[in-house]
Amino acid sequence: MADTINALSNETIPWWRNRRVIPLLVQAVVALVVLIMIAFLLGNLVRNLTAAGLLLSWRWLNQPAGFDISETVLPFNAGLPYWRALLAGLVNTIRAVLVGLVGATVLGTLAGMASFSRNGLLRGIARVYVELIRNIPLLLQLVFWYFVVFLSLPNGTAAIQLPGLVLAKSGLYLAGFADGLRWVGPQLVNDVWQAPLRLSVEFGALLTGLIVYSGAFIAEVVRGGVAAVPKGQWEAAASLGISWITTLRTIVLPQALRVIVPGLNTQYISLAKNSSLAVAVGYTDLYSVAETTLNQTGRAVEVYLLLLSAYLVLDLFISVLMNGVNHLVQIKER
Amino acid sequence: MQVRWPLVVLLTGLLGGCAADSGSGVQSQKMSTITQRGKLVCGVDGKLPGFSFVGSDGRYSGLDVDICKAMAASLFGDPEKVEFRDLNSSERFAALASGEVDMLSRNTTMTLSRDAAGGNGLSFAPTVFYDGQGVMTPAVSGIKTLKDLAGKPICVESGTTTELNLADRMRELGVAYTPLKFQTGDQTYSAYLGGRCVAVTSDRSQLAAKRSAFPSPAQHTLLPEVLSKEPLTPATTNADPAWADALRWTVYALMQAEELGITKANVAAKLSEAKGNKNLADLRRFLGVEGDFGRQLGLPSDFVVKVVGAVGNYGEIFDRNVGLGSALRLDRGINRQWKDGGLIYSPPFR
Repeated sequence: MADTINALSNETIPWWRNRRVIPLLVQAVVALVVLIMIAFLLGNLVRNLTAAGLLLSWRWLNQPAGFDISETVLPFNAGLPYWRALLAGLVNTIRAVLVGLVGATVLGTLAGMASFSRNGLLRGIARVYVELIRNIPLLLQLVFWYFVVFLSLPNGTAAIQLPGLVLAKSGLYLAGFADGLRWVGPQLVNDVWQAPLRLSVEFGALLTGLIVYSGAFIAEVVRGGVAAVPKGQWEAAASLGISWITTLRTIVLPQALRVIVPGLNTQYISLAKNSSLAVAVGYTDLYSVAETTLNQTGRAVEVYLLLLSAYLVLDLFISVLMNGVNHLVQIKER
Repeated sequence: MQVRWPLVVLLTGLLGGCAADSGSGVQSQKMSTITQRGKLVCGVDGKLPGFSFVGSDGRYSGLDVDICKAMAASLFGDPEKVEFRDLNSSERFAALASGEVDMLSRNTTMTLSRDAAGGNGLSFAPTVFYDGQGVMTPAVSGIKTLKDLAGKPICVESGTTTELNLADRMRELGVAYTPLKFQTGDQTYSAYLGGRCVAVTSDRSQLAAKRSAFPSPAQHTLLPEVLSKEPLTPATTNADPAWADALRWTVYALMQAEELGITKANVAAKLSEAKGNKNLADLRRFLGVEGDFGRQLGLPSDFVVKVVGAVGNYGEIFDRNVGLGSALRLDRGINRQWKDGGLIYSPPFR
């Protein structure tokens, strides 16, 4: 018997009819075609750039930038090189994305859970919020928040003043420690508000826009996740006399998370990418700095390569983190 | 013999094509592209009264627009064979480099790094407006000099020379300030009008132009300080020198026409005068009655007549769009002819 099988398989099958050879061959051909295309495109790029006298060069990164950035976490001035400017822009982007992620998650979760509330008004508000926000383009919303809402704030002495907090047209000013351990509140110096902690309205408008927009999508992801938990779980909890909020918190949400987390990943990545719309409201993020850099240096290919890789790395990093979270909330098979 | 006719026709066609090309003596891929397309594509700002602006009748007008029209008249004999593309200051060089537009006539400052092959690689035509950077503030703000702007937010369009000049000057003066950068002029001036910045900086002509469209122009003043030289200049790319030459000499023709007193109204009379009098050699060459200047540039021999007949001379363009005949009412200033002490100077048409 074994001999027969051996004899059969040893009987030479021509390679063009061999099921083990053909798929490998097809894959090899496809890979080869893709490689040739990439090589052609790269060769074309290098050839044309050479013809235009613009070979890839990175020396400009060390030249002084010559422009200022108004709001930076890293200290920056016009005398520092371009790479410092781009780094400052990247940190500004990460700052907006991090705060945006936290805010959008909180808002989205609240709105998502509210759509299961037994309070009709709360349910209605959640629905209207989601339908209104996710059907209007983000760019429009950002421009609305900035030019219509934030720039309508009063300025100077007319600013909204609370103890330790001032909200003016130029930004939000908070009291804090300055010069060591001295508690300093917001002060009006020469018609300009000054405080230890300051958030510009540009940052505020961008954050509000991102949080409200992504929050609506996250609300839908959360709603979908909660709806995926069988109704019997709610009924079982109710029959044991467990309150609505405790049921949600301890029984339904832990199960819903398994459905929610993969969806959240997509929303988080969208938020990170959408942050590049900051330039519309005057917040100096990575894209804004890169654009100025591109204009001053004329190094379009290099700047775009940097920009592409920066957003790619940022999004991949978010993905890796979320995959870790996903792993944590999965059912542990023992 | 009959059989050979198609071949003869074909040969004639081929040779004819060659003859036309070699006859003009000009090899320009850009110009043949434009000719085949049947219209010029010109990159403009589109939102700057006096320079390039879409009026209530839906038509473009302005000084920059007239340069585009002059070039269309030069190529086709028809100033309307031009399509305008609105470009913001960040897009403009990429649009030109990629060939999306044939030329820029978009209040662009000529600088070394924009001109150099290792920089943006542009090829600049003659400067059509000598400008300088200024600062505009609300009249009630009480700001009189740049130093009064210490610690204050200033609105500026990103990707412009004004952004860099502002940084340089403030660094020189040792004045700390907050630059607020926007991608488009509309956003920049909206933020300024919204009160987010106490000052906005740009070319003085642009500030005057934008101010003319403000709800109450009288409430905004220009600081007397001029921060920089801003020669606003049309441009093409380094890739096609013949096309750059055609644009260069079309612009010079506008300036030379003003110097010779040739206007839109009298160009036809001047032409017949030149045709009738063999002693007016300069005028005859300039208007293409004799010589082959047009052919050397790859343009029709009477391109000057067509250009001036379509848009008038440089002085007429200036007055109509930004000068005393316009809403902007800018003084000719240094944009006068060199004979009157200005900087407008055409090299000889020889």
